Amino acid sequence: MNSFASLLGKLDIHALPHDKITQGGAASLVLGMVAVVVLLTYFKRWKWLYREWLTTVDPKKIGIMYIVVALLMLLRGGADALMMRAQQATSVGAAHGVLSSDTFQQVFSAHGTIMIFFVGMGLMFGLFNLIVPLQIGSRDVAFPVLNATSFWLYAAGMALVNLSLVVGEFSAAGWLAYPPLSELKYSPGVGVDYWIWSLQIAGIGSLMSGINFFVTIVKMRCKGMDLMKMPLFCWSVLTTSVMIMFAFPILTVTLTLLALDRTLGMHFFTAGAGGNAMMYVNLIWAWGHPEVYILVLPAFGVYSEIVATFSRKSLFGYKSMVGALAAIAILSFTVWLHHFFTMGAGADVNAFFGIMTMLIAVPTGVKIFNWLFTMYQGRIHFASPMIWFMGFVFLFTLGGVAGVMMAVPPIDFQVHNSLFLVAHFHTMIISGVIFGYLAGITYWFPKFFGFKLNERLGKYAAWCWIVGFILAFGPLYILGLMGATRRLDHYSAAMGWQQLFIVAGIGVLIIGLGVFFQLLQFGVSIWQRKARLDYAPDPWRGRTLEWATPSPVPVYNFAKLPEVSGRDAFWAMKQTKQAAADKDFMDIRLPKNTPAGLLVAGFAFAAGFGIIWHIWALLVIGGLGVLSSIIIRSTAERTEYTIPAKQVERIETEARARESYA
Amino acid sequence: MEESAVVRPPSLKEERQEADSKTIFGFWVYIMTDCVLFASLFATYAVLHNNTVGGPGGKELFSLHYALTETLLLLTSSFTCGLAILAARARDKDKVLFWLGVTFLMGFGFLGLELHEFHSLAVSGNSWRRNGFLSAFFTLVGTHGLHITSGLIWMGTMMIRVAGSGLGRINVRRLTLLSLFWHFLDIVWIFIFTIVYLMGGAGV
Amino acid sequence: MSEVAAYRAKEGGSMRSYTVGFIISIGLTIAAYLLVTQKVLSGWGLVYAIIGLAVVQLFAQLFFFLHLGRGPNRKWNFVTLILMLIIVFIVVAGSLWIMHNLNYHMTPQQMNQYMRQQDGGI
Repeated sequence: MNSFASLLGKLDIHALPHDKITQGGAASLVLGMVAVVVLLTYFKRWKWLYREWLTTVDPKKIGIMYIVVALLMLLRGGADALMMRAQQATSVGAAHGVLSSDTFQQVFSAHGTIMIFFVGMGLMFGLFNLIVPLQIGSRDVAFPVLNATSFWLYAAGMALVNLSLVVGEFSAAGWLAYPPLSELKYSPGVGVDYWIWSLQIAGIGSLMSGINFFVTIVKMRCKGMDLMKMPLFCWSVLTTSVMIMFAFPILTVTLTLLALDRTLGMHFFTAGAGGNAMMYVNLIWAWGHPEVYILVLPAFGVYSEIVATFSRKSLFGYKSMVGALAAIAILSFTVWLHHFFTMGAGADVNAFFGIMTMLIAVPTGVKIFNWLFTMYQGRIHFASPMIWFMGFVFLFTLGGVAGVMMAVPPIDFQVHNSLFLVAHFHTMIISGVIFGYLAGITYWFPKFFGFKLNERLGKYAAWCWIVGFILAFGPLYILGLMGATRRLDHYSAAMGWQQLFIVAGIGVLIIGLGVFFQLLQFGVSIWQRKARLDYAPDPWRGRTLEWATPSPVPVYNFAKLPEVSGRDAFWAMKQTKQAAADKDFMDIRLPKNTPAGLLVAGFAFAAGFGIIWHIWALLVIGGLGVLSSIIIRSTAERTEYTIPAKQVERIETEARARESYA
Repeated sequence: MEESAVVRPPSLKEERQEADSKTIFGFWVYIMTDCVLFASLFATYAVLHNNTVGGPGGKELFSLHYALTETLLLLTSSFTCGLAILAARARDKDKVLFWLGVTFLMGFGFLGLELHEFHSLAVSGNSWRRNGFLSAFFTLVGTHGLHITSGLIWMGTMMIRVAGSGLGRINVRRLTLLSLFWHFLDIVWIFIFTIVYLMGGAGV
Repeated sequence: MSEVAAYRAKEGGSMRSYTVGFIISIGLTIAAYLLVTQKVLSGWGLVYAIIGLAVVQLFAQLFFFLHLGRGPNRKWNFVTLILMLIIVFIVVAGSLWIMHNLNYHMTPQQMNQYMRQQDGGI
C-alpha cells in the first residue's frame, strides 16, 4: 500500500478543491467535459471527431480548433475577471468580499496566464493557420505535421491549466511567477509547477509554429508574389514569426531554470546560495516584451486588411507599413527593462531603455496614421469589423499615450504596478489584440463557412465591448493615479476608491453583455445558416487572394495555384475580369492525416503531470512516449494522398454552381 | 524558370528539390532558435559564475587538459561527420556507415568524459545544489550534453535506417539535417570551452 | 558533370574544405588553450584574445563545415543568421549590462567593499 502511494508522488485526496468557488469552477469544467463526451457518444461522432479533427493536418481545420479553444478560454479568463471585479468592488473596510486572499491570488494569476497564452496566442495562431496559406496562394504550410503538433501542444498546455482547477491548485504568484515568491520556499504547493509546465509545453508549440510560418512565407509564396507584393497581414505574420523564433527560446530557458530550482534544488534565483532573483525578472521580460508585440502585430495586420477592404481603397503607405512592422519587431527586443525601472538599475540604464521605449511608439504611430489615410476619401462601409477598428483606433491611441508616459522613468516610479499600469496594458491588449482578432474572425468567417455572421448582433457586441471597456478601465487609470496598486484583494474605506471600482464592475458586466451577444451571434447565425447560406466567395468585396476561392474553401485551397503580378492580387483579378479556372485541372497531392501530433502532445501532457506531482514513472513514460512517437512517425512511408483531377473539377464545378444559385 | 505559353506543372524532381530545400532551411531556422536558447544560458552563466558563496570556482574545479581532450574529440567527430556526408553524396553506403560509426563513438566518448567530470564534481560536494555558479555550470554544459545525447540517438537510428534501406533521397536529406545539428553542437562547444573552461581556468 | 561534382559546385563541401576547416579549428583551439596555460596574457587582454579566437573558429566552421554562403538557401540562411546574431547581441549584452548595473546598485555598501576585497572586482 505504501509503495503504491509513493508511486503517486505528491498526489493524494487533498488535491481536490477545498473552497466553494474552486469547487464550483471544477464542477462546471467536469460537467462540461462530461456533456461533450455524452453528446459525442449519443450522436455517434467519435470516429468523425478522430478522422476529421483529431488527426487533421489541414491548417484550415487546425485554425478553427485554435479559435474554438481560445474562445472557450476567453470565457474562463473572463469569469476570472468578473470574480476580481466583484471582489474589488465589495472588499472594503470591514467587508472582505467574495474570495479568500489565496483564491484571489490564484484567480488573477490564472486570468493573466490564460488570457495571454491561451486566448491571445490561440486566436493569433488560429488566424495564421486559416489565412496565411490562402493569402500567399499556397495549399498548406511548410511543415503540416509540425503544425498539427503545435496545436496539440497548445491544447495540452491548456489542459494542464484547466486540470489545476480540479486536481491541485494554480499558481498564486501572478502571471509571470517572480521568484522568490515562486520558489519552493514560498510556494511549496504544485501551483507554480502547473504554471511552469503548461507554459513550457505550449511554448514549445509556439516556437515550432513561429519557425513553420516563417518558412512558409519565405518559401511557399505563389509565383509572382514577391515579398513586397504580399498582403500586409502576411507581413505581420512574417515579422511576428521572427519575434516568436527569437523570443520563445528565452522563455524556455527561464521556465527551465525556475523548474530546476524547484525540482532539483538548484540556485539560479535563490538569494541565500548565490542565486539572483533579478536575473529572472530580466530574462522573463526579455521574452515578455517581445511577447506582447507578438500578440499585437498580427492584429495590426488584420486591421490593415479590414480598413483597406471596407474603405474600398488600397492600403495607404504599404512600404512604410512594412517598415513599421520590421522596426517594431527589432525594437521590441530593445525595451524590456521598462518593465522593471523600479528594480534598482542606475539612471543610465533606465534612461537608455526609456528612450528606446519612446522610440518604439513611433512606428506604431506611423501605422495609425496610415490606416486613417486609407480611410480618407475612401467609400467606407461600417460593417462590424470596422466598428471594432474604430474602437481600436480611439482607445489604443489613448492607452498608447499612457504607455509613452510610463516610458519616462520618473513617472514610472510613481505608477509602476499601480492600476494605471493595469489600465494601460489592458487597453493595449483588449483594444489592440482582442478587438483585432474578433474583427478578423467576423471578417473571415464567411470564407470558411459559406455564410456571414449576423451583422446586427455583431455590432451590438462591438459596441458593448467598447462602452464596457471604457467603463471598466477608465476608472482604473484614475485609481492608479490616486495610488491604488494592482492585485489588491482588500482596501480601507478611507481610500475613497469603492465607487470607481463599482463603475469598473459595471463596465465588466457590459463587456460580459458583449460576450453574450457574440455567443448569441454564433448561435443565431448557425441556427439560421440554411437561410443565410449564400456561398458567396467574396462577400465583402475583398482585395486579397483568400477571396479568390469558393466558400467554404476546398481542402486543397486553389485548384490551380495562382500567379500574381502586383499587390491586392484578387482586386487586380477582378478588375481584369480574370475567369476562374475551368479546365486543365491537375491531380493534387496533399498530406495524409496522422495521430502523431496528438500522441506527442498527449505524452507531453502526461510527462508534465508527472513532473508536477513528482510521479516519476509517469515522467519517464511520457518522455519515452514523446520520443517514440517522433521516431515512429519518421518511419512513415506513404504520407500523402492524391485528389484526382476529375474530382478537383467536380468540386470546383459544384462550388461555382452553388454560388450562382444563392 | 523558363517561359511557356501553357502553365507547366513542376516536374517531380523539381518538387522534390523544393521540398528538400524547404526542409533543410526549416532546420537551419530551428538551429538559429537553439542559438538563442544557448545564448540565454550563457548570459545566465556569465551573471552567476562568480556566485560561489565562498566555495571553489572554475579555477579550482576545472581541468583544462581534460576539457581540451573533450574539445578535440568533439571537433574530430564533427570532421568525421562531414566525411560521412561526403560519402552520402557519393551514395557509398559502407563508407557512410563507417564514418557515422566513428562519429558516434567519438560523440559517445565525449559524453562519457563529460559524465565522468559531472560525477566527480557531484561526489566531491560540488553538485548543482551547492551554489548559483554550479547550477549555471551544470545547466549550460548539461543542456549541451542533452543535445549531444539526442544527436547520438538520432545518429543511431539513422545508421540502422541506412543499413536497412540504403541511401535514398529521404535518408540523405535526414543525414544532411543530422550533420547540420552535429556541426552546430561543436560550434556551441567552442564557446563553452572558451567561456566556461578557459576563462574559468584562467580565473577571469 | 557527374552528380557528385555538380553537387559540390552547387552545395559546397568537399574533402578539401572539410580538412582545411578541421585543421584551422584544431589550430585555433590549441592556440587558445596555450594562451591560457602558458599564461601569455592575462585579464581582459586574455579574454578578448580567446573570445576572438573562438569567433574566428566560429566563422571557419560556418564556412567550411556548414557551407554558409553556398546552397539554394544561402541568402535566407544568411539573413536568419544575421537576425539571430543581432538579437543574441542585444539580449546578452543588454542582460550583462543590466545585471551588472543592478548588482552594483542593489548591493549594500559593506557588501560592495567585501566583494572588492575578495574577488578584486564587482
